[in-house]
Amino acid sequence: MSEWPILSTIIFLPLVGALLVLVIRGDDDIARRNIFNVALWTTSVTFVLSLFVWFNFDSANPGFQMVERVDWLGAGISYQMGVDGISMLFVILTTFLMPLCILASKRTVKHQFKAYMVAFLVMETLMIGVFCSLDLVLFYLFFEGGLIPMFLIIGIWGGPRRVYASFKFFLYTLLGSVLMLLAIMAMYWYSGTVVPCDPAAGGIAATCSTTDIVKLMDVQFPAGMQTWLWIGFFASFAVKMPMWPVHTWLPDAHVEAPTAGSVILAAILLKMGGYGFLRFSLPMFPLASADFAPFIFTLSVVAIIYTSIVALMQKDMKKLIAYSSVAHMGFVTMGMFAMTTQGVQGSIFLMLSHGLISGALFLCVGVVYDRMHTREIAAYGGLVNRMPLYAAAFMLFTMANVGLPGTMGFVGEFLTLIGTYQVNTWAAFLATTGIILSAAYALWLYRRVVFGKLEKGSLKDILDLSPREQLILGPLVVLTLLFGFYPAPILDVTAASVDQLVANYQAALSAAGKLAVAAP
Amino acid sequence: MYSAIVFLPLIGAIIAGAISIYGAHGRTAPAAANGPGHRAPSRGHAESENGADDHGHDHEPAAVGSRPAEVITSGLLIITAILSWIAFFSVGLSDDAVQRIPVFTWFDSGTLAVDWALRIDTLTVVMMALVTTVSAVVHVYSFGYMAHDPYRPRFFAYLSLFTFAMLALVTSDNLVQLFFGWEGVGLASYLLIGFWYQRPAANAAAIKAFVVNRVGDFGFALGIFGIFVVFNSVEYETIFANAPTIAGTTFHFLSWELDALTVICLLLFMGAMGKSAQFMLHTWLPDAMEGPTPVSALIHAATMVTAGVFMVARLSPVFELSPFALIFVTFIGATTCFFAATIAIVQNDIKRVVAYSTCSQLGYMFAALGVGAYSVGIFHLFTHGFFKALLFLACGSVIHAMEDEQDMRKMGGLRKQIPITYAMMVIGGLALTGFPFTAGYFSKDAIIEATEVATNPMAGYAYVLTLGAALLTALYTWRLIFMTFHGKTRIAGDLLKRVHEQPWVMLGPMMVLAFGALFGGLIFHGLFIGDEHNAFWKSALDLVTENHLLKEMHHLPFTATILPTVMMVIGFGLAYYFYMVNLDGPKRLAARHDWLYRFLLNKWYFDELYDFLFVRSLKWLGRFLWRKGDGWLIDGFGPDGVSSWVLGATSRIVRLQTGYLYHYAFAMLIGVALLVTYLMFAA
Repeated sequence: MSEWPILSTIIFLPLVGALLVLVIRGDDDIARRNIFNVALWTTSVTFVLSLFVWFNFDSANPGFQMVERVDWLGAGISYQMGVDGISMLFVILTTFLMPLCILASKRTVKHQFKAYMVAFLVMETLMIGVFCSLDLVLFYLFFEGGLIPMFLIIGIWGGPRRVYASFKFFLYTLLGSVLMLLAIMAMYWYSGTVVPCDPAAGGIAATCSTTDIVKLMDVQFPAGMQTWLWIGFFASFAVKMPMWPVHTWLPDAHVEAPTAGSVILAAILLKMGGYGFLRFSLPMFPLASADFAPFIFTLSVVAIIYTSIVALMQKDMKKLIAYSSVAHMGFVTMGMFAMTTQGVQGSIFLMLSHGLISGALFLCVGVVYDRMHTREIAAYGGLVNRMPLYAAAFMLFTMANVGLPGTMGFVGEFLTLIGTYQVNTWAAFLATTGIILSAAYALWLYRRVVFGKLEKGSLKDILDLSPREQLILGPLVVLTLLFGFYPAPILDVTAASVDQLVANYQAALSAAGKLAVAAP
Repeated sequence: MYSAIVFLPLIGAIIAGAISIYGAHGRTAPAAANGPGHRAPSRGHAESENGADDHGHDHEPAAVGSRPAEVITSGLLIITAILSWIAFFSVGLSDDAVQRIPVFTWFDSGTLAVDWALRIDTLTVVMMALVTTVSAVVHVYSFGYMAHDPYRPRFFAYLSLFTFAMLALVTSDNLVQLFFGWEGVGLASYLLIGFWYQRPAANAAAIKAFVVNRVGDFGFALGIFGIFVVFNSVEYETIFANAPTIAGTTFHFLSWELDALTVICLLLFMGAMGKSAQFMLHTWLPDAMEGPTPVSALIHAATMVTAGVFMVARLSPVFELSPFALIFVTFIGATTCFFAATIAIVQNDIKRVVAYSTCSQLGYMFAALGVGAYSVGIFHLFTHGFFKALLFLACGSVIHAMEDEQDMRKMGGLRKQIPITYAMMVIGGLALTGFPFTAGYFSKDAIIEATEVATNPMAGYAYVLTLGAALLTALYTWRLIFMTFHGKTRIAGDLLKRVHEQPWVMLGPMMVLAFGALFGGLIFHGLFIGDEHNAFWKSALDLVTENHLLKEMHHLPFTATILPTVMMVIGFGLAYYFYMVNLDGPKRLAARHDWLYRFLLNKWYFDELYDFLFVRSLKWLGRFLWRKGDGWLIDGFGPDGVSSWVLGATSRIVRLQTGYLYHYAFAMLIGVALLVTYLMFAA
């Protein structure tokens, strides 16, 4: 603890920013500008600080780094933060997208600007907290806390059906949370029988209950118990991902959410489910994970094919992208439960790339929505005639979404598929049809919106990207291409932790006498 | 030098792309109010622009920087082409088998290591020389062909991007990089087919091309996964070195234990079928003719569509170990070559005739590969690149002269108006039909002979069909020439007076290709398939079966070697009879065999079949799953069901609370009665 607690700094800095925003008085343009500036500066500084985490990160070390620990509630529940190769990049993704979201909201949010910014800043704290928490109780607080600002963002600043969408979102996620809380309590009680006490704590008992994630990773839960715990966590993570068939909240939530809300939802909130599987289900309940892997493969493949086909027929741009997100998350769950190095690394990479690409696509929809106030695909057509820059950027993100090699979207998709193929050829075979379907729905969307003649009278005066919009989409364009051609910075960070995860998983399986699939 | 060859086109593409994007942005952005080519964003002006615009965007002023974009991309391409020919001779005539030039690591995950690297061997330099030459020629030709198009920077950016992707494909050192180039050319093809994005047909064709190719890529990707599982590597070197030990082993695929290499080869070949528009996955190629004609010449005739042939040749050491895969390749190749030729003889759109001809010629190449004559297939790929690009450019010249008319029924008698174009078309036609000593004579006839002597069980089938297709080839080629250039003109109105020869910037490039079409076979057949072929190819192809075949071909009797030429003459005779002498013949023939004519004219009804099987059924399924699956089933029994159930339940409970005292008293009484009864019986 001699070092500066960098993780806590970046977690709570946005909260400080939120407090600052709260004290700004007035409702005029000056106050609005001040609020905007505080929010932008806070998130930008947070991003810069988070880069220090990346630079100081030791890729060769598979364990947790920059760990901070403070006693908190007692009884084995402490405040503990740290990052490893699996979580670190999600922190960066969050801090990177936040300033872009603030920028994107500058003109679009008309009412209650202050509350909106507070909600976003609070949400940033909660999201970074999820990825850094090394204590179950802490994780749970951050994980569920993230629901509240998102619920408000959809419910207050959303579209016409916002109330329906936000309640649907809440209902689904709440159901999952309850089961996860039960599982966490069960883990806590069980750990009291096996985890040796901290010598510093004194006391006479040999074993103490704990919610310390690092310690719980070493606990070998009995096979029967693993099944129940796995189901508890699955309920929560599957909803968050979202996996088929609990995905129907996502299209509604996306459609109603304001642009920046959609970006955060698609780019980060969805990733919490995948992260949860990697942090808890796979390392802590390996036996159950192996048992449930075919089940996960089935759901993933259904998600990929089913939602891709549904995406084909959507009439609303955001809904189409939302369904495409569900399909991409299908690749993620499939890849990680394959539990091969390629599969897991691919799933992490795919989550990151999907974060950037789907975020960018929602921003692209936002650009035209701000001008025309409709997301109906049929209301557009021929935008390229008036918006060449927009058309070029949108084309790049469409191709990235389709998984064209040379963009970021390819690497993750390819790795998850090749990783799955080694374990289950049926799953990989069926999932690969996704590359045909994704091309169909994405290019068809692009054609209907961007190509063709500009015939609609309402579009005659539509303007191309403004400098602010160029500033928002520019970095995403660069990163999509950069990590497409040179994904090494991301894969290097994740390699050591993933190798350890896979090795531990295989060891646990072979110790239990299950036939482990050799990971090449 | 090799890096320069690959990356110079990319640099050109980036520069032209930047000019194009910012030029176009400048026209519409309000800031550039005084810039050249600016269109005032006023309603009235914009409406007037939409009148009578069907072909491209001819009436708009050219984009800023068009000329620099053209000159930069074309200049770089010409340099690249010169370097490629130096590479061709230095590698082809030297003893070094393979060079590997690493660029940098693409991605690493576990044991999967994928590099960006260039693999230079004879096969690579052959493809390089072809690709860069045709590309440079097409760049220069486009100066003239696209002269009236306002979006030239974008066009040249796409052309150069395509060239880069194609070079990345042919220089690939591993399967994933091959896949990169593969999808990259697919992207460029998509962008170029849809270049005139205001035309709905062009957009539809672009999407069709991309999606049908993706169907092939589905197999290709699975093939790569299979290769990785079996070889634990995706690099050619490792694969070739270990393939003999893998041969005959089985692996678990889907629910069965299957021969590993056969499954892999068939999956990879599925990718080749998509890219090279083979039987069943061919439907996108004729539609791709919606793109500008120089694009058809470069991408849909000479280079991209041959990527599938290249891939099979590249992996010849693997395919050679799977007899069943080779039988299948032969079958598909021979079928395509005949099937596409039958369609070509009845099409009336000048470009579609050539497009089906391309399809058919690609079939020839696969037939050659299938029987093991890899170098013969590649030789045909090489010569075909020249004469087919020439034919397309000549078509472009005709279309340009005819002010965008493509229907041959509205042409005729053009040879006096555009004599040089006519000469070019005839040269291309001679080479395509295999007139003695032109390029096609050496390569196509060699394929027919190879199928004759081959031992592949499908070789007999291939021999009959390729020989038959040779007749059809001559028939449709001469039909095209007679309908377009000979006889009485059928041109309506005063268009005939305006028809004029094209500028030299278009004719010059065609002459370069004409040289290749006339003499390419004569010059190169010794190296490619003649006595020096072992020294030329070295380890680039698997030459075991092939050496045997080439030796057998020398011993064929004269009557057998003359047969393809006889077929060509018969085809010519038929075309001459029906389209020069007996002009009513075709119509009467069509009327007598109405169903056959319709069957061919409608391209064996593949589009209709696929539309029914895939497009419409998927749309129906999508709507069904969305409305019924998501809406009725999941939401109905999930969140909506739960909330409406809760609401219903609460409203019923609310109704109980009436506020009347006697209701409550009554309810209490019943409760007490029930409790007492229960206690009595329990006790």
